[in-house]
Amino acid sequence: MNFFLIGVNHNSAPVEVRERLAIPEDRLGEANRRLLAYPGVEEAMVLSTCNRVELLAHCMNGSTDLRGFLGQYFALEPADFDKYLYEYREREVVRHVFRVASSLDSMVVGEPQILGQIKEAFALARAAGAAGGRLDALLTRAFAVAKRVRSETAIGSSAVSVASVAVELAQKIFGSLSGQKVFLVGAGKMSELAARHLLAHGAGSIFVVNRTPERAQQLADKFHGATFPYQELYDHVDQADIVITSTGAPHAIFRREHGERFMSRRKNRPMFFIDIAVPRDVDPEMNKVDGVFLYDIDDLQQVVSSHVAGRRREAERAQAIVDGEVERFAARAQTLSVVPTIVSLQEQLELVRQAEIDRVRGRLGALTPEQEMAVEAMTRGIVNKVLHTPITTLKSAAREPEATSVIELIRHLFNLDDPGKKGSGE
Amino acid sequence: MSLLWLRVALIFYGVGLAYALLALSRRGDWLARIVVPCIGLGFAFHLVSLVEDAAGAGHLLGSVHRAESLLAFLILAVFLLFYSGYRTLAPGMFVFPMVFVLGLTAAIGQDPPQFSSPLLRSGWIILHVALVFAGYGALFFSFAASVIYILQEHSLKAKRSLGILERLPALDTMDKLGYRSLVLGFPFMTLGLIAGAVIAQARFGPAYFHDPKIVLSLLMWVVYVVLLYSRWHAGWRGRRAAYLVSVIFVVAVGAWAANYFSSVHSFIAQ
Repeated sequence: MNFFLIGVNHNSAPVEVRERLAIPEDRLGEANRRLLAYPGVEEAMVLSTCNRVELLAHCMNGSTDLRGFLGQYFALEPADFDKYLYEYREREVVRHVFRVASSLDSMVVGEPQILGQIKEAFALARAAGAAGGRLDALLTRAFAVAKRVRSETAIGSSAVSVASVAVELAQKIFGSLSGQKVFLVGAGKMSELAARHLLAHGAGSIFVVNRTPERAQQLADKFHGATFPYQELYDHVDQADIVITSTGAPHAIFRREHGERFMSRRKNRPMFFIDIAVPRDVDPEMNKVDGVFLYDIDDLQQVVSSHVAGRRREAERAQAIVDGEVERFAARAQTLSVVPTIVSLQEQLELVRQAEIDRVRGRLGALTPEQEMAVEAMTRGIVNKVLHTPITTLKSAAREPEATSVIELIRHLFNLDDPGKKGSGE
Repeated sequence: MSLLWLRVALIFYGVGLAYALLALSRRGDWLARIVVPCIGLGFAFHLVSLVEDAAGAGHLLGSVHRAESLLAFLILAVFLLFYSGYRTLAPGMFVFPMVFVLGLTAAIGQDPPQFSSPLLRSGWIILHVALVFAGYGALFFSFAASVIYILQEHSLKAKRSLGILERLPALDTMDKLGYRSLVLGFPFMTLGLIAGAVIAQARFGPAYFHDPKIVLSLLMWVVYVVLLYSRWHAGWRGRRAAYLVSVIFVVAVGAWAANYFSSVHSFIAQ
């Protein structure tokens, strides 16, 4: 459990600092190896994404100076970056790694990319020979915790941007978006973003209508879409399943009667209007037409904020899961730490028992098989009785913070660290 | 023995009921993974039960309970048919409880009202009942899809998050399910009613036409035709279609209930 971690993230450091400390992908292998070679470091892993840079290390004994490594690696003065760093040790590291993997520490809580990024970073560290059994245990558990959080809470299940909410709503109306026609009326940045999202989710084709035809053509080219003159808007727009409006028109360009006409031409196949223009391009009355669904920018924003609030609630539940998992991980690590001591304690006393039996055998003379068994049983009984208290003490100490001192005491009392004797220490 | 198999089937249907109750909460997620295999097993046992009924008693319609069991089976058959195509469990929120309740009354009934009328032994009647029940099954499924459609449509129009209703499936899917199951049910319902009319004509002469059950059944059939025609011809879909399906369903329930007022259609020994 001798873990160390330092890093910067979107909360602790401004982007100028993060980009100064970012390590490009092609240099990560080398960074891992250099961290591994740094004094005190036994295992290492480097994580570098656009929102965070973190160094994770496991030490044999004592500690390591990760700040020193960072200064050396980037040739920086400690004063330049010290105040942006966070630093964790032991159990804190476990907690932090679990939180990051579960996307609780992300800028957009619940976003799914971070888990993949950590998995990649870990694979790189392994390939570089920097990560071993300790980090493997920690990261494997972190991936399992992230999976638990994802399946037991709704933290990542709702859309939290205007564009992704638009996609989500479109999917609720049309089911699959494949083959759906999207019309962009007006060629703003926002509508471009929404169209990109819709296309990424399978929307079929994009048409762009704009007052300035050049701009329309420009945007249509980006999506391999088509364009037609603004004057023909009302003749064609009923072909669209999804209409995104963002014109600068001072009045509504689509009114209720338009909607009714579209619906009868479409044989009532539903239409989804996304109005991100201010002032609005679509008359709110349009929403009353059967089969037409209208969301303006406020409606979308409201969905976003209710989802964000939902995620915050879910994040609290996720935090409880993480806390429980940290406890379990720490308890397990400590239990594992007493196992070698128990084993060498048993081996030690078994050696003593065998030696004593061998010593008195000559004096006892020939024994019947029954007597042989009685001697065997008696000596074993004595050893087990003697060992009972130290072993139970060790086991119960494993759950306490002072496990290390109990282990040391018992190793000392029974002379377990004698050179030449088998035994491994923490 | 047939009752035993039905009870075994009912245990599996209980999983479906639990799913229906929890479907909209996250706690239902693990149930969603096991509910289809369970329902499928229940369906198989149910089939065994029905086959034994038919083989043992010589006919499927010995009592009210056997009729209920048959109806539950047919509703579930429609569900499984559409599940195989669309992979949506949502109509199960209505279908599973209905199947469970019908199955339960059929399975626990100790002393069921026997259909004493010898008329029910005739092949024509069995054909009539089986066809109309298949039509009812499809109609109930369509109704379930329509209710889900209406809830989801309302939530989208109102732009309010309806809490757990957020997890309802897409409008388009429910629209298709509702329509296709109606189309599926139509030939069954029509042939079943024709078979019924032939029997009644032969037995009662023209007088049967004044019977409330017959009148309601015909009314239901007419609305059914109107809905299918308007959808096919004028593209009537979505909310209006969903409401109309609900109307058909209510009339159908009325026609079902009219058994108690019908002279032509009362087969329970007094």
